[in-house]
Amino acid sequence: MKAIVCVKQVPDTSGKVAVKENGQLDRASMMTITNPDDLNAIEAALQLKDQTGCEVVAISMGPPPAESMLRELLARGVDKAVLVSSREFGGSDTYATSQILAAAVRRVGVGPEDVVFCGRQAIDGDTAQVGPQIAEKLNLPQITYAADIKKEGNTLTVKRMLEDGYMLLKVKTPCLITCIKELNEPRYMSVSGIMECYEKPYEIYNYETLKDDPLIDKDTIGLEGSPTNVYKSFTPPQKGAGTMMEGADKAACEKLVGMLAEKHII
Amino acid sequence: MAYDSKDTEAFKGVWVFCEQRNGEILNTSFELLSEGRKLADELKGELCGVVLGKGIKEDALKNLGGYGADKVYYCEHDLLADYTTDAYTKVITALVQDKKPEVFLIGATTIGRDLGPRCAARLHTGLTADTTHLDVDTEKYKEFLRTSSTMDVEKTPFKVNTNLKMTRPAFGGHLMATIVCPRFRPQIATVRPGVMKKQDFDSAKAAKTVIEKPKVELSKADISVDILEIKKTAKNIVDLIGANVVVSVGRGIGKDPKAGIKLAEDLAQALGGVVGASRAVVDSGWMDANHQVGQTGKTVHPHIYVAVGISGAIQHLAGMQDSEYIIAVNKNPDAPIFGVADYGIAGDLFKVLPMLTEAVKAAKGSL
Repeated sequence: MKAIVCVKQVPDTSGKVAVKENGQLDRASMMTITNPDDLNAIEAALQLKDQTGCEVVAISMGPPPAESMLRELLARGVDKAVLVSSREFGGSDTYATSQILAAAVRRVGVGPEDVVFCGRQAIDGDTAQVGPQIAEKLNLPQITYAADIKKEGNTLTVKRMLEDGYMLLKVKTPCLITCIKELNEPRYMSVSGIMECYEKPYEIYNYETLKDDPLIDKDTIGLEGSPTNVYKSFTPPQKGAGTMMEGADKAACEKLVGMLAEKHII
Repeated sequence: MAYDSKDTEAFKGVWVFCEQRNGEILNTSFELLSEGRKLADELKGELCGVVLGKGIKEDALKNLGGYGADKVYYCEHDLLADYTTDAYTKVITALVQDKKPEVFLIGATTIGRDLGPRCAARLHTGLTADTTHLDVDTEKYKEFLRTSSTMDVEKTPFKVNTNLKMTRPAFGGHLMATIVCPRFRPQIATVRPGVMKKQDFDSAKAAKTVIEKPKVELSKADISVDILEIKKTAKNIVDLIGANVVVSVGRGIGKDPKAGIKLAEDLAQALGGVVGASRAVVDSGWMDANHQVGQTGKTVHPHIYVAVGISGAIQHLAGMQDSEYIIAVNKNPDAPIFGVADYGIAGDLFKVLPMLTEAVKAAKGSL
């Protein structure tokens, strides 16, 4: 059996976010990391491997530099990495991305006992759409927001978080699960893992590799195949500096409250 | 007529998915209906609420009209009482294929964000996630940009059209993107709870609401996931979003978290508000995730937001920077939170908060 994990390399938005003068993101000047929720998905797959000895395959769609991220995942214990990369795939929105990734997952092969893992959302787009859309394209049941997963045979019991609590859900394999931070604590790379990561299987799927899949059609991939387009992008205005109180004593507090009351804020 | 998502002319009207939990319609549905009303008027179409459930009271359905719905599609079935991806997707996509709405809004709750992409993928159309602003009219959109962007609107060319312009923050709010879905219908958006303004309830309009019950074809075999248990752990999910005043605590309470939270509660009580938290506080286990404000928590836009011991990481700012007035209390005068605050006090929160609460009480004459 296999655990297939879809991962994304993203700019580190917790650091400095650089925006070009034309309002576009200056990706070149930002650090890249593995999307945080995806690391929880990788860890979930690795725990399944610890428990059952299954094979773990990581799939990422992106430009060639995403190889460095995939090598890191191999160093964490992933068995095989697939980079999905082709000019034809560029400019894809979530619909087109999920078409391509679903075709790639299908090429890796989803067996009757297999589980596909994704992160809940990527921190650059924040859409949380690709996981469910892959599940739909592959006709798999989905459970999103997984905070706990127990697998017995071909049955998974998953704690699925809600805003005000959780649902306990049962699903049979094959299925797709999207993972959140609360699910686990991702492990580090090991020294031996780093030594071995360049020996492990690493494949690139391009347009030629996937073009026979019915999901791969010029009308459903890339910029042309994306239902949504960016109409405008822009930067919000910076707020002007506020009023800093002098000191932090009783007088300052009273003065602040006085100003708030005067302006009818309170 | 056969369903073809590319036949954009065939689609009319605006729909809002009105999510219910435990038979109660979520507050965010009223926000979306209020917003949907404006869009429907501009597009000269009907506004319809879509409710899936079991045993929902007729009054609750009629109430949707009070927030703007002309019609409510109520899909009732035992298997729709609680949310499952499979059942809800099947029923909603069948209804969309039958009635062909032009716009479909879904609240970006943990359930809406599960349902939206599944439906969009099945219907072969676009979906914009977590939108915070919606426009149809290009002039109104330009008006919005004049106040909400650094763009030189007069010098920028705009394609005039009646596509829904869906604006959403990306990269922690550093960049905004307006997305359109020009070639496919329906245009689906999930909308962040708490950002659209709920209009006043109109009881006359509520009484006139048309309720239609579409036939639901559903069986156990359609659903591949079993619900074993639904557990409610938090008291109220809308408290924070609907609050007029939010006093949020951050890592700064670390010296004595319990006392820090108590001080924030006192101030919140004096101001008539509720207590929120930064991710650091939730991660440390000092407060539960229900209180978290920020990119991965809740978006709030209260009248007054008091940030206490919060440094102001962009992930936090993304969830509160649209608050009307921001007051920051932080030891470090260089903390980024002061960059967005209208008023700031640089000092120890454990000393400042009691004095501030006292001053508020005095000003409100409640001592």
